[in-house]
Amino acid sequence: MNLDAHERAMLAGELGEPRRWAMDHMLKVGPMFDAADLVPVSQAHMMADTESLGEAGVAFLEGLAGHPPDQRRVAVPMITDPRGVDLDYYRPLGQTEAMAELERRTIAACQAMGILMTDTCINYQTIMPPVRGEHLAYGDTGVVIYCNSVLGAYSNFEGGPSALAAGLTGRTPRYGLHLEKNRRATKRFIVRRQPRELTDWGVLGALIGRLCGSYWEVPVVEGLEVAPTSDDLKHFGAAMASFGSTPLYHLVGITPEAPTLAHVCDGAPPAAHEITNGELDALRGDFGGAGDKVDVVVFAAPQLSLVEMRRVADLLEGQRVHADTALIVCTAPTVAADCDRLGIIRRIEASGAKVLRGTCFYNQYAREIGQANGWTRLLSNSAKIVNIIGGYGYRPALASMEDCAAAAVAGRIV
Amino acid sequence: MTTELKCQPGIGGRVEGTALVAKDNFSARYDLDRINGVFSRPQHQLAGQSYVDRILVLDTAKGGVATAWMLHEMKARGMAPKAILFNAANTILAQGAALADLPLCDRFEAGDITALIQTGDRLIVDPGQGLVTIVERA
Repeated sequence: MNLDAHERAMLAGELGEPRRWAMDHMLKVGPMFDAADLVPVSQAHMMADTESLGEAGVAFLEGLAGHPPDQRRVAVPMITDPRGVDLDYYRPLGQTEAMAELERRTIAACQAMGILMTDTCINYQTIMPPVRGEHLAYGDTGVVIYCNSVLGAYSNFEGGPSALAAGLTGRTPRYGLHLEKNRRATKRFIVRRQPRELTDWGVLGALIGRLCGSYWEVPVVEGLEVAPTSDDLKHFGAAMASFGSTPLYHLVGITPEAPTLAHVCDGAPPAAHEITNGELDALRGDFGGAGDKVDVVVFAAPQLSLVEMRRVADLLEGQRVHADTALIVCTAPTVAADCDRLGIIRRIEASGAKVLRGTCFYNQYAREIGQANGWTRLLSNSAKIVNIIGGYGYRPALASMEDCAAAAVAGRIV
Repeated sequence: MTTELKCQPGIGGRVEGTALVAKDNFSARYDLDRINGVFSRPQHQLAGQSYVDRILVLDTAKGGVATAWMLHEMKARGMAPKAILFNAANTILAQGAALADLPLCDRFEAGDITALIQTGDRLIVDPGQGLVTIVERA
């Protein structure tokens, strides 16, 4: 790969071991995807929950954080994805002191490197939304697909180590979504049945993701007659990335790179796949049915916006969550602060539900907390989480936010 | 008789091991019980099978970014696959393999790698050369 003088100095260790490691890491990954050089990035966002890190990953972070301050400080603003433990509420979930201790060590190491502990997967709604054409190194597939697609920024899926390497160097290998040629539509879908609420958007995104099934496919979607909100596209993209590992989509007439179909096609557009009601119903039908008992209802994945939080509060107003069912709500620390101020968390928790701050249900030791609480039947309005959680020993079901709230009160799917 | 399969130069060092093959995808978060070292997602074609010290041969990577840390964590506990071969890797698996120093290769010249290799085949994986050799058929 072609390196400039500053990059060569970092690789030679002249700016310390953390930046030398970061350069070495990028020089292993970049050639795998034929990267010719590195591209400067303006922000990095790291997924580093302790369930994924484990003892080995935490020790690795501590190793980097043990170097002198001028060597370990990140070079560009760097923020974090949801954590594995809400340190104000973990024992009641069945999380252990060992988990909390790993969390504390991770936070200390990240802060020593100058990383801002935002603990959120909705930074594009809450922290600093990227700008069209901005090159980034973001982790969390839901964050990446939103910022690429809705905001027209440029990022690959960066796992924790690569996001950290980008933070330390201010660069990332120039491959994948940083190159215009990889942002052109490769599959084309036409929507007939219009999505009406968040879960409809999630199901549509999930189906398109499943039909794409690869990091290297870019779907373009026509036929939408409704104007989506940020929360709609949050669920749409998170589900698509989860089901398909797909990092970018275009909505004709809505997203910035696709004012028309022709803008995202080289020559003739790909053959159109018309999304049928049968396909949408079949995907939804994979996840649960009426009458089934529910152990835990989860609003998470992605974390809830202020608007979603108030809707949950409204739906639970004057209601009581069933004694045999738990209701967990995950949101960003910044949103939680606003919700505290506005009385929204008090209203939600008056029902017996619990709001967790800075975590997301599936990356906070879902297997262990499920076993500790006897949870197997999980209900959510998130198409993403019902896709993930089966591997953790749950039997997931999917319903709208309204029906999830009603099920939490009834103790069974309504 | 050995069979040589050319691929793109990959990540990690040369290893020898036994193949575990499926025409299915891979995410450490979605598909594995990493404590017990088995595929745990009921819908996965390898559900219930141990992946520890096997050379996984799969179609592509899927799901989220967690695998980038998880391969390193699994290897530190001695509960990792020996290598992974894909038709097409995604960015996360490459990043995870780089941190874990776990051999990873993709893009095979002869076509679908999940059809060319069978479970139980004895393989030598040489990422630096971009070469996988079947030394003994199952």
